[in-house]
Amino acid sequence: MSEEKFTDINGKPISLECRSHSSFCREFVVSAPKVSLRAVMVCTCAVWLSAYAAFFVTKNTAVLSSAIVTTLVGMMVHIHLIKIDHERLLIVGSLGVQVSSCFASGRESATFIEMSSIKDIVINEAIHMQRVIYYLCILLKEPSDPNGVSGVVPLFQSSKPRLNCLVKIYKSCQEILGQC
Amino acid sequence: MVLKIFFPQCCNRADSGLLVGRWVPGFDSVVVLAVIHYPFIPGQVKKYLSEMQSAIQLELTVLGSWSMPKDGQEGMDSFLKDLSTIFPQGRWLQLSRELGKRGFACDDEKEKVIFIHYDQRKVMLSHLHPAHGQEPAAEGVSELRLVFQTVAQSQPLFFLDKYDDGPIKLTHWQSEGREASILVELIKQASVPMCLVLTWLLSLWTQLRILNMWPVRFVSSKLSTCVQLSHRTEHLQTISSPRRAQQHADFMRKANIFVSFLVDIALGLLLISWLYRENRIGRLANTLVPVADHVAKELQELLQWLMGAPAGLKMNRALDQVLGRFFLYHIHLWISYIHLLSPFIEMILWYVGLSACLGLTFALSVVSDIVALLTFHIYCFYVYGARIYCLKIYGLSSLWRLFRGKKWNVLRQRVDSCSYDLDQLFIGTLLFTILLFLLPTTALYYLVFTLLRLGVVLLQGFIHLMIDIINSFPLFAGGLRLFRPYRLAEGVKFKVLCEEPGMSLHLMMEINPLKLSTAVQQYRIPTYSCYPKDSWAALCKKLFVGDLIYPWTPLHKGSKED
Repeated sequence: MSEEKFTDINGKPISLECRSHSSFCREFVVSAPKVSLRAVMVCTCAVWLSAYAAFFVTKNTAVLSSAIVTTLVGMMVHIHLIKIDHERLLIVGSLGVQVSSCFASGRESATFIEMSSIKDIVINEAIHMQRVIYYLCILLKEPSDPNGVSGVVPLFQSSKPRLNCLVKIYKSCQEILGQC
Repeated sequence: MVLKIFFPQCCNRADSGLLVGRWVPGFDSVVVLAVIHYPFIPGQVKKYLSEMQSAIQLELTVLGSWSMPKDGQEGMDSFLKDLSTIFPQGRWLQLSRELGKRGFACDDEKEKVIFIHYDQRKVMLSHLHPAHGQEPAAEGVSELRLVFQTVAQSQPLFFLDKYDDGPIKLTHWQSEGREASILVELIKQASVPMCLVLTWLLSLWTQLRILNMWPVRFVSSKLSTCVQLSHRTEHLQTISSPRRAQQHADFMRKANIFVSFLVDIALGLLLISWLYRENRIGRLANTLVPVADHVAKELQELLQWLMGAPAGLKMNRALDQVLGRFFLYHIHLWISYIHLLSPFIEMILWYVGLSACLGLTFALSVVSDIVALLTFHIYCFYVYGARIYCLKIYGLSSLWRLFRGKKWNVLRQRVDSCSYDLDQLFIGTLLFTILLFLLPTTALYYLVFTLLRLGVVLLQGFIHLMIDIINSFPLFAGGLRLFRPYRLAEGVKFKVLCEEPGMSLHLMMEINPLKLSTAVQQYRIPTYSCYPKDSWAALCKKLFVGDLIYPWTPLHKGSKED
């Protein structure tokens, strides 16, 4: 079990934790930086100051209560649906690969891909806005054509680590895929 | 290769015994279904297994031995090894667990082993849906699907438990004794005769309908109440078939129809209990005739406005007067009919309101039909205006071609040049001029009545949308997803259980439920409504040319006048 610090494509710090449960089962956790207190305070103050200004103009208390409700609902929606805390990749040789993302509220959404439908795990290049980035992805087998690829599942989409981090994960995964 | 053992959670603390299950064909894995305890007679175990195999149609075998030694039980190892000679099979597993330690050990295997723990009851009850974009037929080779099928098909194995007096004592998810609910059993017993009664009643009803002649059938296809009635009859026929649903999709369809039917009736009864209190029906009837009068009066004022100089435009006086008086006479007739009916309206409404006890959808379709009947004159005006306008447009386009010296070739379906005689040209130009200068008047009448008709169509469309939502929303699937999410499975989730050094890998397999939106979309009940197939561009073109628009026609009628 080892934890290392890397940066993502935008320069923000992320951390990678590699855990080896057995010789054919490994887990990789890429964690994004947590919700910063400063950003929360800035947003809340901005919303409430504008609500006070609106109240000063209209003298209607509904503005203030709606600002409070908006802030609360917005924060809940953000931590439950938008902010991804860490992304996990669990690879179990001869069983399959599980990709899951955990949100800041603790909710975890996972997808499991069986080994019989995985062709390979590769590092691809993509054009993202004005730059070219690397990303790790799983190639799925096409049932009818043994050489074809039926789909591509990109991994670590919200943390977007850089190539050095991806290479580490790639080498580890290829060791396990090579065994079965 | 790595051996995967799917081990049920209920057997974690089972006493020592034999493991019974199935080797998954084509993959290096095995599903453990139950543990048979000592003491047993090997002959009886073999007989029981062969009975089960013919009942379940799966290859059940004795997989190996399970030992969880309690205090004072030593020396089982040699006994366990001897067992492997009694039960002939390909591979023999020897799993053991010690009290105080959390991990299992699989002796005698040189290769690696993964233990995957699963909740037997949940896996048995759940249905694994095919992944996105894959047809169910192509799914045969998935390992997880085979595991789910194995557990689901082994239901007869779980009938005997520890407390039965037979020679075999099993541990599985029901080994603490079978649970059942009295209500569920009573409903199951009562459902078969109820289904038979319902089928007989429905057969009577359908025989009655066959005797209907053409006029009744024509009218009943126009009224949305009759369409809804036939739709519900089909639903009832689906539910009341006495055969059990074999496929999961059929079962879900029956359950969805049943639940939404019950909810529909409940909402309808609620509506009745609200409507028939405090003489609301009487008040409704008393406002209906004045409303119809008011609408007619507004229409008359509108026509007077059109007959004058509407919005400053100058109309052709003669045509204006003719059309205006024609429509005014129609309104006068309509008002007379309404006044003729007015003493009976309250009674009609009272009896028609009772039809809401068949469901809220019926009440809504009755409302839609009442709206259609009350605005029948608007529909008639629209048809008259549209036909006159359409004739004019076609005449104009044909005479315009004549004006330019061309002709429409019906054989070749194209425009050809043609040399006309002088008198043909003269008459044609004269008619063209007349039609052209009369165009603004007819166009204005057409515009006004089309707008009125579109307003009524929008209102009826909204009511039909409500009916459609109530008809097609799968309440049973939604409720199942919310309260028993493991029954609709999209996939599985694995969690690594904390391991001790030197022990094999243990994983916990949980069911990943289907998303609510996917469940609702997949299990929607198909309905009869067809939304307008025209795109906006086609609709505008039809309006411009003057073709009649029919926003909806029942699907089973077939021909649409487009």
